[in-house]
Amino acid sequence: MKVTGAVKTGQRPRGIETSKDGKFVYVAVGDDDTIEIIDAATLQVAGKLPSGEDPEQFAIDSGDKYLYVANENSALLTIIDLATRQKVGQVAVGIEPEGVAISPDARIVVCTSETTSMAHFIDVEGRKVVGNLLLGARPRSAAFKADGSELWVTSEVGGGLSIVDPAARKTKQVVKFAIPGLRGEEIQPVGINLTHDGKLGFVHLGPANRVAVVDGISHEVLKYLLVGQRVWHGAFTPDEKYLLVANGASNDISVIDVAAQKVIKSIQVGEMPWGIAIAPTRDR
Amino acid sequence: MRLGIVVLCVAVGWCGVSFGEPSQQLKIGYMWMKPSKIRVSLLDVPADNDGLAGAQLAIDDNATTGQFLNLGFDLVDREVSKGEDPTEAVKELADEGVGMIVTSLDAERLLAVASAAMAHGQLILNAVAIDERLRAEDCRGNVIHVAPSRTMLSDGLTQYLTWKNWKRWLLVVGSHDNDKLFADALRRSAAKFGAKIVDEREFKDTGGARRTDSGIVEVQRQMPLLTQGAPEHDVVVAADESEVFAGYLPFRTFVPRPVVGSAGLVPGTWNAAFDQWGAVQLQNRFVIKFHRPMSTLDMQVWTAVRMVGEASVRTGSADVAKLVDYIKSPEFSVAAFKGQKLTLRDWDMQLRQPILLFDGRNTVSVSPQHGYLHQYSSLDTLGTDRPSSKCKLN
Repeated sequence: MKVTGAVKTGQRPRGIETSKDGKFVYVAVGDDDTIEIIDAATLQVAGKLPSGEDPEQFAIDSGDKYLYVANENSALLTIIDLATRQKVGQVAVGIEPEGVAISPDARIVVCTSETTSMAHFIDVEGRKVVGNLLLGARPRSAAFKADGSELWVTSEVGGGLSIVDPAARKTKQVVKFAIPGLRGEEIQPVGINLTHDGKLGFVHLGPANRVAVVDGISHEVLKYLLVGQRVWHGAFTPDEKYLLVANGASNDISVIDVAAQKVIKSIQVGEMPWGIAIAPTRDR
Repeated sequence: MRLGIVVLCVAVGWCGVSFGEPSQQLKIGYMWMKPSKIRVSLLDVPADNDGLAGAQLAIDDNATTGQFLNLGFDLVDREVSKGEDPTEAVKELADEGVGMIVTSLDAERLLAVASAAMAHGQLILNAVAIDERLRAEDCRGNVIHVAPSRTMLSDGLTQYLTWKNWKRWLLVVGSHDNDKLFADALRRSAAKFGAKIVDEREFKDTGGARRTDSGIVEVQRQMPLLTQGAPEHDVVVAADESEVFAGYLPFRTFVPRPVVGSAGLVPGTWNAAFDQWGAVQLQNRFVIKFHRPMSTLDMQVWTAVRMVGEASVRTGSADVAKLVDYIKSPEFSVAAFKGQKLTLRDWDMQLRQPILLFDGRNTVSVSPQHGYLHQYSSLDTLGTDRPSSKCKLN
């Protein structure tokens, strides 16, 4: 594994996802108020999406039909039709929306808002908020299990991982992290990656420089893997053999062997990596 | 009734805010005094709504979360004039049903307010007074300190100077009481972190003529004189909370040295250029609403009002006794764009918080500096720690 190329993007690239067919890579360039579409074959910017102001995290439905993006500055979730590349709707949410996740049945989009400290449940069909759940301070990322049975949400400042029953819209459990030698405030859970079978979760702990391995069934923390500095977000290879995570302060990517639960390699990349997308993939 | 609400939701296209009137309403008081407008730089002259704007934005932010939980928030602001007895205002607020009061008052008035508030079971959140004694011999069980202490500010600055290895200080102190208190804090920090004060000078405030037309010429001669003939030093450390002279030191010292303390590199809790940890979102919200930059006082008042809102949201309650218990409990924390949660020290009710070092344009660094370790929280390397606290809460 090594770096084979770089693509010039707009200002402040953060959220990154591939289309489910692997043809395009979408990158939210927050300071340019747009999402750029990069052609995966030519590695050229092939277009832009009307994301609204300051896009950060976003999610794409399984049919590559709609993209849902959080507009951090304006307390909105914007819905974009990927075929026409047009904005088709906006939903008002709490202050500083951040994480976006789509339920596996594609009926609910969950958007977290950091200052409001909530997960908002948005009905895809009606494009409106149908439920709100208060969570630990500054909820960051949200991820559904592939079978839709659980929603996991990290709280960056609260320091925990909320395991939510998405049908009841209730928190079942809050997983706490403790690392010997580290103060509680240094543990700031951000990105989440769940295996397709839902048996393992990897929670990226930011300035704690660790990825927590969480048992998907018992929700026990099995292990802390030492990675680079300020780990943000990650992605599995399509076979789920490896998990790659971006380390924002050490400018590298750590490669985790999923079965062995070990960090096996680090790859130097550009300055301040934030997110990773791997295509084609069914699991995220 | 329920049906009517649902129809309304569809009509406005947003169900989130349309659950009707909040079932519980919490009144948050804000007592404040007009700040002095005399500053060395016109750029630093505070706005008329300095602090109040922070309270108003925090009420909005509280309400956004509150609306999803049927909790409402009102701000009851009460200006205290110079000659007025502030305890009158406390009674008035109590009569209005205000149980939580954020204050922008000096130490004397704060203590009077705290005593008066005891009778009504009110909690005071001090957003402005940095005096050490309020967290030591004069600490009160019903006062929470959102403003940092002087020692937290001086420790935050000193940790950075030590990290830079700028350990030889020329200390220049103003002639007012608060300048001397800041100098005391700086001396304690120097001893704590191993800096050496090689010489001390005093700048006497003789009234001066800071706005006469000959001012620049005069200042240009005064400042080199003030700093001339000192032993070898790495930095000039100015203690001038009264804003009389420190602003004139940069680029006018006898030997070319950076100025820190009350000018140059200044410790604080906020600045309008701060953009880390999501802070840019708060800055944007503030500028959109008030058409001016967000000041340190705005931020400290915002944080205080948000602490009350956070307690209300987490307990699902507007009951003052419940909120006070929660804020004082170990479960309490608040997010204030400092890259970590802020919690309360249970021995003196001081909010633990990082200290930003601002050069007037940008945030140069944030303390605690890496490597200053503590058995409980690295934030407790800033200010008075439990073993040395003189506070006895009652």
